Amino acid sequence: MTAKGERPRVLVVDDYPDAREMYAEYLQYSGFDVIEAGNGIEALERAADSAPDIILMDLSLPVMDGWEATRRLKADKTTARIPIVALTGHALAGIHEGAKNAGCDAFVTKPCLPEDLVKEIRKVLGTTATAKKPRRSGKYA
Amino acid sequence: MRKSLQKTPRYALSSKPAPLRADLLAGGVSADRGNGSAATRRLPAAAVTLGDDQGARVRLLEALINLSDVADCAQYALQWLRDTLNLARSLCLLKPVNEDALLTVAAQGLPGSAASRFTVSLDDWSNPLVVAFNNRETAFFRAVSNAADRKRRPSTPFEDAPFHVVPLASKQFGGEAFGLLMIGSVGMLSRELPYFSHVFSQKIAQVLRQQALVEGDRRQGRERSLLYNIINAVTDPILLTDTEGRLLIANARALTLFTASEEESEGRRGAVRLNNMLLSSALSSKAIEERGAARRELVLVNPVDGSDLVFELLSTITEDGRQGSGVVSILRNVTDLRRASEEIEENYRRLRIAEAQARAESDRLNVIIDSVADPIVVTDAGGATSLMNDRAERLFTTPAKATAREQRWVQANDAHFSSFIAGMLVGADERRIGEIALIDPVTGEALPVEAIAGKMLSDHGELTAVVTILHDRREAMETARLYEQLKQASDELERRIQAATSDIAHQNELLRRQAIELEQASALKSQFLANMSHEFRTPLNAMLGYTSMLLQGVGGSLEPSAKRHLMRVESNGRHLLTIINEILDISRIEAGRMPLQLSRVDVPALIAEVKSELEPIILRSKLLVTVDVPATLPPLVCDRQKVKQILLNFLSNALKFTHRGSVVIKARRNVKDRTLTLSVTDSGIGVAPADHQKIFEDFRQLDNSPTRKYGGTGLGLSICRRLAQMLDGRITLRSDVGKGSTFALVLPLRGRT
Repeated sequence: MTAKGERPRVLVVDDYPDAREMYAEYLQYSGFDVIEAGNGIEALERAADSAPDIILMDLSLPVMDGWEATRRLKADKTTARIPIVALTGHALAGIHEGAKNAGCDAFVTKPCLPEDLVKEIRKVLGTTATAKKPRRSGKYA
Repeated sequence: MRKSLQKTPRYALSSKPAPLRADLLAGGVSADRGNGSAATRRLPAAAVTLGDDQGARVRLLEALINLSDVADCAQYALQWLRDTLNLARSLCLLKPVNEDALLTVAAQGLPGSAASRFTVSLDDWSNPLVVAFNNRETAFFRAVSNAADRKRRPSTPFEDAPFHVVPLASKQFGGEAFGLLMIGSVGMLSRELPYFSHVFSQKIAQVLRQQALVEGDRRQGRERSLLYNIINAVTDPILLTDTEGRLLIANARALTLFTASEEESEGRRGAVRLNNMLLSSALSSKAIEERGAARRELVLVNPVDGSDLVFELLSTITEDGRQGSGVVSILRNVTDLRRASEEIEENYRRLRIAEAQARAESDRLNVIIDSVADPIVVTDAGGATSLMNDRAERLFTTPAKATAREQRWVQANDAHFSSFIAGMLVGADERRIGEIALIDPVTGEALPVEAIAGKMLSDHGELTAVVTILHDRREAMETARLYEQLKQASDELERRIQAATSDIAHQNELLRRQAIELEQASALKSQFLANMSHEFRTPLNAMLGYTSMLLQGVGGSLEPSAKRHLMRVESNGRHLLTIINEILDISRIEAGRMPLQLSRVDVPALIAEVKSELEPIILRSKLLVTVDVPATLPPLVCDRQKVKQILLNFLSNALKFTHRGSVVIKARRNVKDRTLTLSVTDSGIGVAPADHQKIFEDFRQLDNSPTRKYGGTGLGLSICRRLAQMLDGRITLRSDVGKGSTFALVLPLRGRT
């Protein structure tokens, strides 16, 4: 594990291991510290104990889905300031709204190339870095 | 004249009358016979000789002048004879105008009763007194001395004493005698007597004549007033006018018409003036001459009330030697007569008109009755037929050359009809409707008729006639039969329609269910496709991701051939992703899960964005891509994402199908229909007009062969078409083979409302 502070820490939450590991590998390759979670409960635990700088949250998850996990993270003041980028393969209408209402800061549609995802994460971190308060809602790319 | 002559001074020579001498007197009478004027001419001579008697003569004349009564004159004259000539006994007889007798008017010195009763009948010509009277001769009767003498002389108041008879005559009576003087005297009469008798005669004649004149005047007055009374009593106006038309005599009725005093009203005077004018013109001599005494009509105005009065004017010219000619007019009021005659005429005229009308009415009625298609029979109270129209005659009268069969038919008809009518004649019903089975006598066909009978009643409610109309039932029966058939057919039709309708309803229900099922199936399909695409994308995501990572050298450097192969994997993966995305779009649109997100769209920025997204392809294509946007464009309210998707499709198609030349992206405002056109024009291969529709269909590319030259799913334009519909816009295509294409998106400027 690299020391915190030098490398931004990303929590990648995805139940599909190929996708999760692919993003994790590419993020590490791109200079991020990566921790992973396979469902919503794990995501809450990792967020609580690892203090990630940003969370990449797949919305369709077993045990606890991404929306619920997001709501809980945003409801907990220790994790509320962590920006969450929603990630979903469902491009149907209503998904965006639901994610935004749950507290997601950005929204990325799968399929999403690893480099595109990294760009989006850097963008969100760039804006939140200047922000004093955590963004509970707002624009997404 | 004669009075003034007697007053002449020639008689007043001496104031003392000369004494009368009998011889003188007698000679004077005989000489004076029949010629009074000769005697008067001799008077002056006598007057001279009888100077003493001048006073007596004057006395006589003066006395007589003052007396106007015959009896007074005679009485005075006899007194004068006694006083002047000493002839004490005398008698004066006069003949009244209308009697053939001499009556005593005065007596002197004779027994009163005998003298006053003494008369002489002039019819007794043997009487010497009558002879003397008729012959106007004086005579002397001597005193009676014996019976024979007495016989010769008439009986007189003088009895047996001698007397003279002197006739009294005057030229004024044509020389005729009118009386006798009988003077008792023995000897010759005084010469003064002729003078006396002359004067006395003249005086008596004058008085008698005066009396006659007065009497005549009186009678004339009486007659005149009688005449006036008569003509006034006539109610018709009667007029005498002179030849100039001036009114001479008018009766009372005429006066009311033709005269008016100054006190009368102006209206009445005006009417009178008018009447006079009308009368004058009617009576103008010319008018009378032309029309003679013929009756003419004269309309005058009644001055009392101004009404018209119609007169019949009868005028006759009268010739009068003394008065000259005049016109007698009688006006007969025929106003009432005229009115009555006019009324009669008018009544007559009305009567004739009424008659003509009645005749015309009757003719018309006959025509109507005859023209009625139904037989009409009028039956009198006794049951006899009084009137039939032509149609009825055909049924109830036997034609001239009828066969026995035809006659039987007619008789049968008659019998049927009579029994129907019989009930009507005795019954109380005013109307009766029944059916009679008649036979057409011409054809022998059965002729069922409906008989409608009505009673005609007099003012007193007595039955005068029964009018029966027979209506041929055959047509009605035929109509009823046809109606029944029609009704059956109609019922059948209705039944069939009902069956068909229920069938259709059933089909509709099926269709409705099918539609619901289809809808559900479609929704399921869309849901399925949405899920499928998700499931497709998850592995594809990993595939593309790892490929990308490998190509970036995340896992270390690669052999050039391996890198080439990985690039093929990547491009195919991307193609698959495009297909999946487009299928997903169509599914979303059809499932109604693609809502509109309206916003204000900055069109130039949008075009720049589209162009920049495809910049890598543009660079590769080496085509000249230009943007043509006017400096100012109205704001477009629309779904930016969808407009962008359409423009991206247009531009990528243009780049794909154009090998050389240029591509122009253009924006234009159409003021006329308030739209905005966004178009992409290329100089590419173009589309044949026949294929313009096809290219918008799903999964359609013009080259569908497995070896086709151009890539793509064939879903791009069909998605664009659906999106344009969602935006209330449309896509137009102007293109032909080899001549390039222009795809245009036309959007309403107001956007969705």
